[in-house]
Amino acid sequence: MSAAIDLEPGPTTRPKMQATNLSMFYGDKVAVKGLTLDIGEKQVLALIGPSGCGKSTFLRSLNRMNELIPDSKHTGDVLLDGKSIYDRGIDVVELRRRVGMVFQKSNPFPKSIFENVAYGLRIAGMNNRSELAGRVEKSLQQGALWDEVKDRLEDSALALSGGQQQRLCIARALAIEPEVVLMDEPASALDPLSTAKIEDLISELKARYTIVIVTHNMQQAARVSDLTAFFFMGEMVEVGPTALMFTTPTNKRTEDYVTGKFG
Amino acid sequence: MSPRKLKSGFFSGLSGFAALLIIFALGVILTDAIRGGWSKLSWEFFSGAPTDGMTAGGIFPAIWGTTILTLMMTVAVMPVGVLTAIYLHEYAPAKSRVAAVVRVAVQNLAGVPSIVFGLFGLGFFIHFIGENMDKALGGELKYGQPGLLWAALTLAVLTLPVVIVATEEALRAVPGDLRNASLALGATRSQTLWKVVLPGATPGILTGAILAVSRGAGEVAPILLTGAAYFLPDLPNTLNSQFMHLGYHTYVLATQSPDVEATRPLLYGTVVVLLMLTFTLNFVAVILRSRTRSRANA
Repeated sequence: MSAAIDLEPGPTTRPKMQATNLSMFYGDKVAVKGLTLDIGEKQVLALIGPSGCGKSTFLRSLNRMNELIPDSKHTGDVLLDGKSIYDRGIDVVELRRRVGMVFQKSNPFPKSIFENVAYGLRIAGMNNRSELAGRVEKSLQQGALWDEVKDRLEDSALALSGGQQQRLCIARALAIEPEVVLMDEPASALDPLSTAKIEDLISELKARYTIVIVTHNMQQAARVSDLTAFFFMGEMVEVGPTALMFTTPTNKRTEDYVTGKFG
Repeated sequence: MSPRKLKSGFFSGLSGFAALLIIFALGVILTDAIRGGWSKLSWEFFSGAPTDGMTAGGIFPAIWGTTILTLMMTVAVMPVGVLTAIYLHEYAPAKSRVAAVVRVAVQNLAGVPSIVFGLFGLGFFIHFIGENMDKALGGELKYGQPGLLWAALTLAVLTLPVVIVATEEALRAVPGDLRNASLALGATRSQTLWKVVLPGATPGILTGAILAVSRGAGEVAPILLTGAAYFLPDLPNTLNSQFMHLGYHTYVLATQSPDVEATRPLLYGTVVVLLMLTFTLNFVAVILRSRTRSRANA
């Protein structure tokens, strides 16, 4: 084995977000146990593991969407740029503008394509039509959807195909210029062609954004991510550079999972 | 045939017969009303006032009174009902005692006989609020008597459960995915409510409004004691005017006429108008509801 491979399991850039001894609970049930993990700036971190292993719960803890689930609690902390996002003084609205999210099932509003992308800007108080139009165009271009929809921005978003709807949701999340983008299995409901488009998109976005993506698809994790974290039964078993995780994982359970022995 | 098959056949026949009874009942009501009243339906009937001791003329004052009353009821019931449902569904904590008590109250309110609402309106609105208003305004008898306002408010209390239940159902039908999308974009809860939840729930809320209107427009018992009049030469022109009403007019024509034979076509005609009114409103409600459903499934 070449000595050039970096076996250090940490990110190589400055950490953008950090979880420190984070545990998450739904009622009495533990969903995530004592997790400590750095998420490097402008890197793509993939979270893999079998269903119910806590990876989506962890993802939702990063923009406090988990709080919307009744009876959810946490211990430990999550930092964004070194500051706790669970601090009393933190405005959760502000946090979610900095840490955006794309959901598993595309969920466009029953509004026009334009209004979907403009939504986050409007609620933040932007009303100038030309300013909005500029931001909408830029976001749709970043979401790799502009060329397909530029002539029908006033059409209903619900008329788009599933893959286009998901890219619209990505564009909508990017419109408010977040620093971190969380993606919860963003391509799991899409056909292979749309999936490939989303994956290309993620590779492009990482130049500007820190991305955390939950995926069930090993190949997808291998293709898009810099780092991969393997979750099992609420614990993070292992985290490391993606290339290493898929070739020479240090933990037996990781190896069994990535080679398809279970999951 | 085996006894088991016989039994099964008997029950399927019985249940089918029970279902047919509904169609039969509706059919009889409709054909009877239309056959008796169709010939009376004319412009004069819709636009004129009763004449000759209610044995001739039209029913315009009753149509007008019903319309105004129902409008006022709607204006009163919608804000209260919708806000209550918003509180119950959007703001009350999951295991809230208050919400539980409100829900029980709503269910019980829906089961109160309508004549009791009439008595409630008489006792609370007219004798308590109205008379105290009169005292405060200088003692002249204005609000301490039956009138449009009190009848409308009484009907509003009666139809409150319809609006609350329909609105809550409409709020529940807005997909959680859309709420999450909005919150994840940095919207506050109230922004999410105004910009995503309420627009999505509007057709369902309108359905509730129409169901309330069609229920309220047909009720007679609550307004008997709170404002409906036997006959009035003038249309109501103030909040405390008494008014004529299609439902009460039907009762009057059926029981108080000096000449039963002459009144009968008028009676049937009034019934047809009342049925048309409520059926049209119900029909609109059904259409709105099916549109909400298809949008929710889109």
